[in-house]
Amino acid sequence: MAMCLTRFWEYINIIFPMNKGIFELLQYDFFTNALWASVLASISCGIAGSYIVARRMVFVSGGITHASFGGIGLAWFLGLNPVLGAAVFSIFTALGIEFFTTRTKIREDSAIGIWWSLGMALGIIFIFITPGYAPNLMSYLFGSILTVSRTDLWLMGGLSALLIFIFLRYYHLILFISFDEAYARSHQAPVSFFKYLLISLVALTIVLNIRVAGIILVISFLTIPPSIANLFTHSMVKVMAGAVAAGLLGSIAGLIVSYYFNIPSGATIIFAFVLMFAIAKVIQRASVHAKMRAQVDALRKAIK
Amino acid sequence: MKKILELTNVSAGYDQELILTDVNFTVYEQDFIGIIGPNGGGKTTLVKLILGMIKPAAGKIEYFGSRGHNHIGYLPQVSTTDRDFPISVLEVVLSGLMSVKGRGFYSAKEQKLAHEVLEMLGIGLLAKKSIGKLSGGQMQRVYLGRAIIARPQLLILDEPNTFVDNKFEHDLYELLRVLNNEMAILMVSHDVGTITSYIKTIACVNRNLHYHPSNVITQSQLNAYNCPIQLITHGHVPHTVLGIHQHNFPNE
Repeated sequence: MAMCLTRFWEYINIIFPMNKGIFELLQYDFFTNALWASVLASISCGIAGSYIVARRMVFVSGGITHASFGGIGLAWFLGLNPVLGAAVFSIFTALGIEFFTTRTKIREDSAIGIWWSLGMALGIIFIFITPGYAPNLMSYLFGSILTVSRTDLWLMGGLSALLIFIFLRYYHLILFISFDEAYARSHQAPVSFFKYLLISLVALTIVLNIRVAGIILVISFLTIPPSIANLFTHSMVKVMAGAVAAGLLGSIAGLIVSYYFNIPSGATIIFAFVLMFAIAKVIQRASVHAKMRAQVDALRKAIK
Repeated sequence: MKKILELTNVSAGYDQELILTDVNFTVYEQDFIGIIGPNGGGKTTLVKLILGMIKPAAGKIEYFGSRGHNHIGYLPQVSTTDRDFPISVLEVVLSGLMSVKGRGFYSAKEQKLAHEVLEMLGIGLLAKKSIGKLSGGQMQRVYLGRAIIARPQLLILDEPNTFVDNKFEHDLYELLRVLNNEMAILMVSHDVGTITSYIKTIACVNRNLHYHPSNVITQSQLNAYNCPIQLITHGHVPHTVLGIHQHNFPNE
C-alpha cells in the first residue's frame, strides 16, 4: 500500500512539473484528433448504445465486436485496411445473428456464442499465418485513441451524422417497433427492415469505435453511458442525450489520464465510466430517498 | 349492415399441423362477438389470422376497411414487452397511431387525443410515468389505449380480463359497450359467464368455428358445436343468466 502511494506520488511529481498543460497539448495534432475522436465516439456510442441497452442487445453487440476480429485478421492477411475488414465482418455477423435467430430455430444466445468465438479464432489464424510481426494488434484489442487518423475521424463523423439523422427522422417508429415487436408486426410495420438496418448501424458503430476503446472494451463504451443516463430518466431521447453527455465527460477524462500515465486510452476511459456510474448510482439513490422522505413529511404534516 | 371482415373456407396452422379447418366467419359493423373455445382450439390462431400475422394455408380473408389490416386495434393477451424499456405511458398510447401513420411525429392534436384516451381509461394522471412503474392492470389499460387511439373499425381483445382487477373489469366492459358504438369488437375469453351480458353474439372455436347469433348459450348447444367449454357463472359481476344447464365434466 505504502509502495503504491509513493509510486503514485512519484508519477504526479514527474508528470506535473513537466508542465504539459491541456492547452499546450492542443497544439499537437494527435491530441486534437484524440479529442475529436472522443466527441464523435460519445455521439455514436451514446445513440447506438441507448438502443442496445433499451433492447437488451448487449450480448449481441459483444458477439459482433469479437467477430469483427476475424475481419481484422483477414484484412491483415490480404494486406487491406483492417477497419474495412472489420466492418464487413461485423455487418455480416450482425445480419447473420438476426437472420439465424428469426428464420431458423437456433437460439439467439447460442448463435451469438458461435459467431463470437468463430470471429476470434479466424482472427488469430489469419494473423499467425501472415508472415512477419503484427505490431499494432494490441491497439485493436485495447484501443489507442492517440493514434486516430483524419480518415478515422471523417468516418466516425459520417456515422454520427447518419445515426442522428435516422434516430431523429424515425424516432417514434423505432420506438414503436422496439418496444413491442409483435404488436408492430401485427400492424404491418417494417419491423424486419428496421431491425436489420439498426443492427447494421450498431455493427458500424462498434467497428469505428474499436480504434478508440478496443475490441475488448468497446462494449463498455456502448453500455455504461446509457446506463448512467437511464438512472435518471426513462425517456429514450433523454437517455440518448444523457449518454452522449456522460460519454463526453468520461472519455475526455479518460483521455487525459491515458496521456499523462501512458496507459491505453480504452482502459482509462472505461475506468472513468465505471467510476461515474458508481457516483451516479449513489446520487440517484440519495435523491430517491430524499423524495420519499419529503413525501412522508408532507403526509405527516397533512395529518397534523 | 356493412361487412368489415370476411373469412371464407380458411384453414391455418403451424409447422404443417392444421389448427383451424374450413372456417367461415363474417364480422359486421357494431358486432360484439365473444370468442370462446378450449385451449389449443385455435382462438389465438384465429386472431393472428385476422391480424395478418400468419397466412392462411387455404381459403381467403377479405378486409373491407379502407386501411386493410391497419383498421384493426389489438390488445394482446400476454405482452412480451420489456417493462424496463425507456418509454412513457403517453408514448405507448401515441405509438398506436404509428400503426396508421407509419412514420413521422405526433402533432399537438394527436397528443391531446392521447391525453383524452388516457382520461377515458381512468389513468390520465399516469401520462408522464415510465411504464416500469405501473401495475399489471394499469399496463393493460395503457395497451387498450394504444389499441383504440387510431379509432379502428375493429377491436380485438385477447383475454382482456387476465391481469385486470375486479373493479376495472367492470369499467372495462362498460367502456367496451361505449366503444362498440364506433367499432366492432371481437373478444376472446375463457370466462364465458362474465362476458355474456356484454357480448351480442358468440363464436365457438374448436378446430372449426360455430357462430351462435345470441349471447345466451346452453351446454347442449356447446356440446353440439363440439366446444368443450364449461359454462360457469360466478362472482358478483353482472351476467345474463344462462339457460338451464348441467355442469358436466368430461371425465365424469
